[in-house]
Amino acid sequence: MDNSQNIIARSATTTAPPQVRSHVDEVAKLIDVSKCIGCKACQVACMEWNDLRDEVGECHGTYDNPTDLTPESWTVMRFSEYEDTNGGLEWLIRKDGCMHCAEPGCLEACPAPGAIVQYANGIVDFDSNHCIGCGYCITGCPFDIPRISPKDQKSYKCTLCSDRVNAGLEPACVKTCPTNCIEFGTKADMLARAEKRVGDLKELGFRDAGIYDPAGVGGTHVMYVLHHADDPNRYSGLPKDPRISPLVDAWKGATKPIMSAIIGITAFAGVIHYMTKGPKEEPEEQPDAHEETPPHALGYDATQRNERGHDAGDSAGERPRGDER
Amino acid sequence: MTNHWVDIRNANLILSMGGNSAEAHPVGFRWVTEAIEHNKAELITIDPRFTRTGAVAQDKAFIRTGTDIAFLGGLISYLIETDQIQREYVLNYTDAALIVRDDYGFEDGLFSGYDASTRSYDKRSWMYAMGDDGFVRRDESLQDPRCVYQLLRAHYSRYTPDMVSSITGIQVDNIQRIWKKIAATAVPDRTMTILYALGWTQHSIGSQIIRTAAMVQLLLGNMGMPGGGVNALRGHSNIQGLTDLGLLSQLLPGYMTLANATEQEYRAYIDKRVKQPTIEGQVSYWKNYENFHVSLMKSWFGNAATQQNDWCFDWLPKLERPLYDVLDTFDRMSRGELTGYFCQGFNPLASFPDRAKVTRALSSLKYLVVMDPLNTETSEFWKNYGEYNDVDPSQIDTEVFRLPTCCFAEDEGSIVNSARWLQWHWAAAPPPGDSRPDTAIMGELFLKLKQLYQQEGGVFPAPILNLTWDYKIPAEPSPQELAREYNGRALEDLVDADGNVTRRAGEQLAGFAELTADGKTAAGCWIFTGCWTEDGNMMARRDNADPYGTGNTLGWAWAWPMNRRILYNRASADLQGRPWGTNKAFIWWDGEQGAWVGADVPDFPTNSPPSQGQMPFIMQPEGVGHLFAGQSMVDGPFPEHYEPFESPVPQNLLHPGKEQARNNPAARIFDADREALGKPEDFPHAATTYRLTEHFHFWTKHAELNAIVQPQQFVEIGEALAEEIGVAAGDWVKVSSNRGSIRAVAVVTKRMRPMRIGDRQVHHVGIPLHWGFTGAARKGYLINALTPFVGDANTQTPEYKSFTVRVEKA
Repeated sequence: MDNSQNIIARSATTTAPPQVRSHVDEVAKLIDVSKCIGCKACQVACMEWNDLRDEVGECHGTYDNPTDLTPESWTVMRFSEYEDTNGGLEWLIRKDGCMHCAEPGCLEACPAPGAIVQYANGIVDFDSNHCIGCGYCITGCPFDIPRISPKDQKSYKCTLCSDRVNAGLEPACVKTCPTNCIEFGTKADMLARAEKRVGDLKELGFRDAGIYDPAGVGGTHVMYVLHHADDPNRYSGLPKDPRISPLVDAWKGATKPIMSAIIGITAFAGVIHYMTKGPKEEPEEQPDAHEETPPHALGYDATQRNERGHDAGDSAGERPRGDER
Repeated sequence: MTNHWVDIRNANLILSMGGNSAEAHPVGFRWVTEAIEHNKAELITIDPRFTRTGAVAQDKAFIRTGTDIAFLGGLISYLIETDQIQREYVLNYTDAALIVRDDYGFEDGLFSGYDASTRSYDKRSWMYAMGDDGFVRRDESLQDPRCVYQLLRAHYSRYTPDMVSSITGIQVDNIQRIWKKIAATAVPDRTMTILYALGWTQHSIGSQIIRTAAMVQLLLGNMGMPGGGVNALRGHSNIQGLTDLGLLSQLLPGYMTLANATEQEYRAYIDKRVKQPTIEGQVSYWKNYENFHVSLMKSWFGNAATQQNDWCFDWLPKLERPLYDVLDTFDRMSRGELTGYFCQGFNPLASFPDRAKVTRALSSLKYLVVMDPLNTETSEFWKNYGEYNDVDPSQIDTEVFRLPTCCFAEDEGSIVNSARWLQWHWAAAPPPGDSRPDTAIMGELFLKLKQLYQQEGGVFPAPILNLTWDYKIPAEPSPQELAREYNGRALEDLVDADGNVTRRAGEQLAGFAELTADGKTAAGCWIFTGCWTEDGNMMARRDNADPYGTGNTLGWAWAWPMNRRILYNRASADLQGRPWGTNKAFIWWDGEQGAWVGADVPDFPTNSPPSQGQMPFIMQPEGVGHLFAGQSMVDGPFPEHYEPFESPVPQNLLHPGKEQARNNPAARIFDADREALGKPEDFPHAATTYRLTEHFHFWTKHAELNAIVQPQQFVEIGEALAEEIGVAAGDWVKVSSNRGSIRAVAVVTKRMRPMRIGDRQVHHVGIPLHWGFTGAARKGYLINALTPFVGDANTQTPEYKSFTVRVEKA
């Protein structure tokens, strides 16, 4: 990939990521739900920029269309009519799509070397050439985002327009949003902007306004400003405390031999790496190190993540790590 | 718009009513979100439905469709009775103090002068009373019972909160809460902007709804102010340009009017339109009408237009009927009175009411020419599309010609936006296939016609043979040539009072003040004069500098008139010429310079000092804003609530038992169309039609991306109605009016709730309009199968927004 120098994590890979670049800021997309009018311009811009065309579907009795994420619709607007106990009604509209987790469950779950990568700026991207269509990324995703295409059995999701961002542009959805409900910048700037908007909303009487940047996935590079941050579920089922599914741990034990065969070449490379460089850290934590299956080949090794672009103390050592337990 | 898009950000309160601004104008809505965030403005929306605008509004109310005058009339009464008006503004800048003739009156829902046999008014009594000095009488105390203020007060005293509630269906406490918020903008340093669209226009009382809004803004002192005004969000790209250029049947370019058939004499035609001041010393800018008119005729007919032949006045058509609007035209077409029809950028089968009647009308033509970039329904009205267009082609003899035009992105020229900005644009791509610019098609057609007249003579050839047509490529006039022609130029040297030459012959004019009535100037559209001067194309400017921080970017494109961005902006300053509030400073009098200065081009004589007493509304003979419309409307000088022609409520609650005052008494309705109106017992639900963000009218269903994000026709109904008829979201329903029916998927929503109106419960049915039987989206019904063939009394804009239907499970 043309952005290879910026990769900090790569699925099912043991080779160390590149180290030289040191000035990459983490980026974030901020979606201020309180400003969203549900116009779907972002959906259209996404299809246009990424050369996607979903089906001309049907009306299912709501404004949602397409009604769900698909391999061709990497973002959709979800409309929800929320009635409170006093008869007050809100029409909550949320742009749904990949959250670009700091600790991406998809990447952790992915058995195909290099099919999922994470860049120093925080973008989690799919390299479809390496995708084997196993669907584990879907299991790994706490937000139910990736979709496998029946055309080519490969998994697709929002790239945060990594191609645009790499060239210094904002994502297409941000560019097109008419109300500035979607903004883009460094994560630090977007957090500051979100804080300001939360203050505005509190002034307007939304006592529970807040930022959605869930800690359970190490924070996200797509964040929301919500009027009701106490109850994200109201926004078409946005999870309150997303975590990587325990199934991601479970499958690894059961399917290891099969996956080993599939990823043999990379595994071999890993073996060479292991033999020449040796285990770099925490060897005592490795399970009974099968020589043909290097410890990090099956999963995402956060301990080897390049720290570039991440805040000190980024959760490498804190989060649940299936393959080491 | 009296103001402009960017100016919305200066508002303290935004009333979105008679329009769903977020839905239909998402890009302009950016300035609403700016106002909310950066000016701490509040957004209030009043609509029959909880809309996309409602999703981001801080306050809202749900109103029965077609009852906006009741809500706003009640507001007027509230403002007056609680004395929450901008008093100094009202006294000086409006006609509140002017005295009205004794014979003007209003009784049983009718204004004085009504003639039931013609459904029209003799408007003689709708006038101010003139004093012995020849000017209008006034009462500074506002106490005279015949002054506009007291007449206004009396007129709306009937619009009590309870009455308003029973008509509109809004609960009294909601009404009063919103009135109170609106009234809070009567102070000098706070303004409300009103954003409206076809949700106000498309009613049999549409023009009067808009007038009521303007009256509210005058009482609050919000006209001419930054962040104020009455702002029409236009529904089509360049529809503002269409009206500016006089494409409505009774207009000439620049809002000049055609003569009617009784006006065969030039001097009388002019004298009637040259408005002299009716209050001493006022500007009364229409006193210059003849300058504009003669310059237009010189532009059209060049040397053929002379003083001796009254500048070719005889060549202009004279109207035998008040309007040759689309309803009138299709009514005559349906009776076989038209042979051919040119349909340019227009899809009448889809867009006009009572589709069955439109089909009959088109079928009676000998030929139909459709100029359009798209394969419109109209161009295939003769073709059977099953349930979506169930016609028998063998019974239709109309010959249809399709002339493909290029679309806006494929040609160059100016587009006038809602804010009256003429913005030049350039072609982004070459037009596909055989498509050509409209101007090239019309150019070639004109030359062919001219050739036929030259060869064969014919009836009345003079206007065709003498029309100025000096384009470099006659068959293809260029946008630049046309724009320069609209702007106008000097035909001879122009000189000032001292004999100094101020403009050489052949030079482009800088403004309409240069126009003359002696044939020395030509201008194709006087309000556009200044758009292409000797300095070049002003419309192509792209300077976003905003030196006063008001969002007024005078170097960006060009706005008519004279690059003014806020109309009546003299009213943003008090009598002494000082801004009403420091936070609302816009233009002001600079005594040292002896001129009006500030962020905008003054809408006022630049050097007229406040001491001279000229008032801000310079287009009015009185110099003040009209609370009393005088004779300018056909259906009354004060707006009155009348029910839609099809209403779920059998009587006008303001005039119970008065059948003549149930619907607008001055609205035109053809007999057969009255017969086609439904009765509440058969069609009990209030229906309204509208657009969705995902689509633009009937165009974008031809575009795949738009079709993907909103693929299929639906109607919206509330949960209560859905339960009543046994329908769940996603089920199919049949919607019928007395004129036709459609089938569509039901969107069942909490956002539409039944309303209590008098003794009955009224459900609304929301009918988005975008689908048809051509294009990339799923095929659907043309929803104008349902709508009634009746329009606004003043404009004849059809009543698409209020009619009645029945809904059942399909």
